[in-house]
Amino acid sequence: MPHYEVSFIVDPVLSGDEVKSTVQTYKEMIGNESGSIVHVDEMGLRALAYPINNRSTGVYFCIEYVMDNAPFNGKMELALKRDERIMRYLTVKLDKYGVKYNEDKRNGKIGKRVKKDKSVEGVAPEAYMRPTSAPVAAPVPAPIVKEEIIVEEE
Amino acid sequence: MATQDEIKFLSNPNIGQKKTKYCRFKKFGLKHIDYKDDSFLIQFVNEQGKLLPRRLTGNSLKYQRRVATAIKRARHLAILPFVTDLLK
Repeated sequence: MPHYEVSFIVDPVLSGDEVKSTVQTYKEMIGNESGSIVHVDEMGLRALAYPINNRSTGVYFCIEYVMDNAPFNGKMELALKRDERIMRYLTVKLDKYGVKYNEDKRNGKIGKRVKKDKSVEGVAPEAYMRPTSAPVAAPVPAPIVKEEIIVEEE
Repeated sequence: MATQDEIKFLSNPNIGQKKTKYCRFKKFGLKHIDYKDDSFLIQFVNEQGKLLPRRLTGNSLKYQRRVATAIKRARHLAILPFVTDLLK
């Protein structure tokens, strides 16, 4: 049974209940086609990287679901496209690593990356010139830990 | 006989040494790249929001392709910009 993931941006002008009912319609749609919802990720109100329909923010949602009936995805996309409350949508089929990644994320194994403050870069160049420190951390963690590596230009 | 800390170099011996690049996905076993994780993807993009080449990031071809699709998906969902200035 393939896993799919549909993420969409709901218009922020709508009230909280309207946003919820929008998500509910798509949840029901998946349920009616004998699919099962794995998880609904509410990412909440976020600033958009560029304006869409003269809006600078949007409410992000991501629904992961299992569906046998593949043509359903096309139907769902059409419904999302016709829906005026939805600003953008994207459906993605997840491979086994994607499924595992989402599962780990739900269980809190994948944490938010800690941002290094920028002052470190200028003051102490040896802080990121240690090649030995990174490999030591690598074999230990069972969860996937994203190492921060500074990509230098030039 | 000069002790170790008395020895000084005329020029910094580390200058001109090549840092070996590596593919972080292979090294740390990252199999999936999430297009919703903007703080991770921003490492593969320059200040204008353009994709960095493999030459600079050191990614293997397989993961460079996946990074590229993840960034393109993020752009579509307005998580990353298509074009900007001073992204970082």
